Amino acid sequence: MKGSGPASREKGKDLLQIRNLHVEGFSDERWHPIVRGVDLALKRGEVLGLIGESGAGKSTIGLAAMGYAKPGCRITRGSILFDGIDLLALSETGRRRLRGSRIAYVAQSAAASFNPAHRLLDQTVETVVAHGIASREKANRSAVDLYRRLQLPDPETIGFRYPHQVAGGQLQRAMTAMAMACRPDLIVFDEPTTALDVTTQVEVLASIRNIVEEFNTAAIYVTHDLAVVAQMADRIMVLRHGLTVEEAETRQMLASPSQEYTKTLWAVRKLAKPEVPADEYLLTIDNVTAAYARTVKVLQNVSIKVPRGRTVAVVGESGSGKSTLARVVTGLLPPLSGSISFAGQALSKALKTRPKEILRRIQMIYQMPDNALNPRQTVEEVIARPLEFYLGLKGAQRDRRIGELMHMVEMSETYLDRLPAELSGGQKQRVCIARALAADPELIICDEITSALDQIVQEEILKLLMRLQRELGMSYIFITHDIAIVRAIADEIVVMHQGKVVEQGLKSEILTPPHAPYTERLLSSVPEMDPDWLTRLLASRRM
Amino acid sequence: MNPVARTVLQRLGLGLVTLFIVSIIIFSAIAMLPGDFARAMLGQSATPETVAAFQREIGIDRPPVERYFVWVGQMLHGDFGSSFASRTGYRRTVAEIIAPRLYNTMFLASMTALIAVPLALGLGILAALYRNGWFDRLVNAVTLTTISFPEFFVAYMLAYLVISRDTFIGSEFAQSLPHWLALSLNWILNAVPKFPTLSNVNDQTPFWEHVWRVALPAITLTLVIVAHMMRMTRAAIINMLASPYIDMARLKGMSPMAIVLRHALPNAWAPIVTVVAFNLAYLVVGVVVVEVVFVYPGIGQLMVDAVKSRDVPVVQACALIFAATYILLNLTADVISIATNPRLLHPR
Repeated sequence: MKGSGPASREKGKDLLQIRNLHVEGFSDERWHPIVRGVDLALKRGEVLGLIGESGAGKSTIGLAAMGYAKPGCRITRGSILFDGIDLLALSETGRRRLRGSRIAYVAQSAAASFNPAHRLLDQTVETVVAHGIASREKANRSAVDLYRRLQLPDPETIGFRYPHQVAGGQLQRAMTAMAMACRPDLIVFDEPTTALDVTTQVEVLASIRNIVEEFNTAAIYVTHDLAVVAQMADRIMVLRHGLTVEEAETRQMLASPSQEYTKTLWAVRKLAKPEVPADEYLLTIDNVTAAYARTVKVLQNVSIKVPRGRTVAVVGESGSGKSTLARVVTGLLPPLSGSISFAGQALSKALKTRPKEILRRIQMIYQMPDNALNPRQTVEEVIARPLEFYLGLKGAQRDRRIGELMHMVEMSETYLDRLPAELSGGQKQRVCIARALAADPELIICDEITSALDQIVQEEILKLLMRLQRELGMSYIFITHDIAIVRAIADEIVVMHQGKVVEQGLKSEILTPPHAPYTERLLSSVPEMDPDWLTRLLASRRM
Repeated sequence: MNPVARTVLQRLGLGLVTLFIVSIIIFSAIAMLPGDFARAMLGQSATPETVAAFQREIGIDRPPVERYFVWVGQMLHGDFGSSFASRTGYRRTVAEIIAPRLYNTMFLASMTALIAVPLALGLGILAALYRNGWFDRLVNAVTLTTISFPEFFVAYMLAYLVISRDTFIGSEFAQSLPHWLALSLNWILNAVPKFPTLSNVNDQTPFWEHVWRVALPAITLTLVIVAHMMRMTRAAIINMLASPYIDMARLKGMSPMAIVLRHALPNAWAPIVTVVAFNLAYLVVGVVVVEVVFVYPGIGQLMVDAVKSRDVPVVQACALIFAATYILLNLTADVISIATNPRLLHPR
């Protein structure tokens, strides 16, 4: 490969220098600044973590390091020097020659970023062959070697599978192999583990870290998860609104962040609610088995009790049956066997056979407020609907209640005539909460309701839910894969794995050892702020 | 079982059911048509006895349900029945009437398809590649223009163009133009091949002669159907270009051509083949106007003539062939959609 002799690969030489970078994006008929003057320097073999909320410009900077701006974006000012080459002065063809071969990219969702029409191996070696670096046979052999180094199962044959035949964590590693195929000098990792379960995340993080070290590749690691970046990066840069907040070596940054904003990022995960034991049970799920299409069993003999006025957190990886449980409770998926009783009465299985009064008492809030809100209805119409449907409120009475609900979710009444598209993600979720509250329910099922939100907004929503519970006394079933959220809000915890309940009990019982084996695995996989956490964990698991 | 084979069988079965329902609809629709073949044949002055005797001869005195089952039963044995134009001792089967016409129609349809489909796909891919550029605009403008004219107009314009080749220079219009302009226009017109403006063929016409005779109708039909297929190809590819895996291909340093051909097109086949199938079906069932303009003995004209003379068995057979064409082409489109989708072809 060009310019990659041992001397130029030596650690410590400057590889990337970005000065005074400005990027704009086009929306609402005009150009808005996304990145407003960021400087960045990266040495060979160094890993730089970019961290911040969504909209901070971290992904945009990652792409700019490849001389690339997304469609609808443009780099307006600044200079990007990669190994002495000015990327912005280079022709598009020149930049194309560097991309894939010397600067590679690993995207957030491997499932969406692999082309569904081609086999993994063909996609892995595509750059090598297209850039004329090696013959196809040689590239194929090298790809198998990379699969092996990334600890993919069946490295010899996995390349012959199509993306939809491979699980998420493995796809993400295959994508890392694809980025490594040309042995680039720099890889941009854009939230590579955000879409994965914690247990899978650990394996992917370890694979990425190993291979980056092994080939002495420099990397820009973009993420919003502090604990993750602490494992991966030598240096961390905190971004906000397209500006650098601060930058320091990882250990120093974690030990003593100097800026106020950075400290708030650090503080989010410290929310914790003292648990309150149950005194009366509102919902009892007894020995429920449910399946889609009568054959694929997603819930097997599940029994769960939900106390009145408390929060039960249901945790587990994707595919563990958490969301199916919610569908069974709401009646969307009638179970095959077992029974559910609500407030002392048996609950009929199918939604259609439940009286309106029961429907009113069980409400649901969804993960994606974008999908859960009708884009053509104003906030007022959204909240008014359950008031009219369940409670028959009209006119001034209804309007007064809408005002109260908006006040409860801490939103100004000036938002009432807005459409969902005119609200932020957190505001949309507040509207969904207000809609659920409008029915005056006794049980609210929250299905991953904060996973699409930034950490700071997450905290606000969680605090809001806890305050509402104190004031109104309803129960929550809180479905999540995030242990930090469980610590923050739960009274009781249900751990689910492959459609079965692994453990159930008070938060303190579940979270203090000894754990059930699966719970242990789940809990130990949650990244901690300590930069040595991953190393220690891997060492302990190898024993 | 292989999912593709299973789907093909399933769709084939559904296609047969559809064909069966269509046969009922065709039969009842024609049975309900006003007018009567016997009267049409024998004229106003025929006595009721003659009419009844004639009706008995061709079998339309039986009740409709019985006639339907006789018709279907014969067809299942490969017998499409006799034309009402048959006489005792001179039987004309529907099959022998239709066969040469069907051959001609298929000949024209295949020839048009061979020109139009690759042309439309090529133009669509190039338009997607240079989207919003001058090439894209030009191709869109031209194809939209040709699709906006009625097909008989396109047909006559083409025929006129060929005739002008010889007549232009002596025309008053040419003499009113400056001499150099008239000469250069004449030069351009002379570059137009001397296509026959009448596409009269028979079963003795040699193959290449046949190709030459149907050149004008084929070009006319190409101009009519290219726009639809080309625009769908362009739209389907551009739709794919917004996918994350296209972003990924760009970040892998792939060239724009490789991105369109290798990364977008393989995922865009399903909508494209559906539109192609629809247009190919049109080439078989919808070309009667073009046949009339160029006096080409295709199946469309045959059906119109048969309707005029109330030759019910021929009309029914033509309608059934048209239905079968639609069903078969749509089935092919479905199969191609499945075969190009690895999710269906290679399940987990």
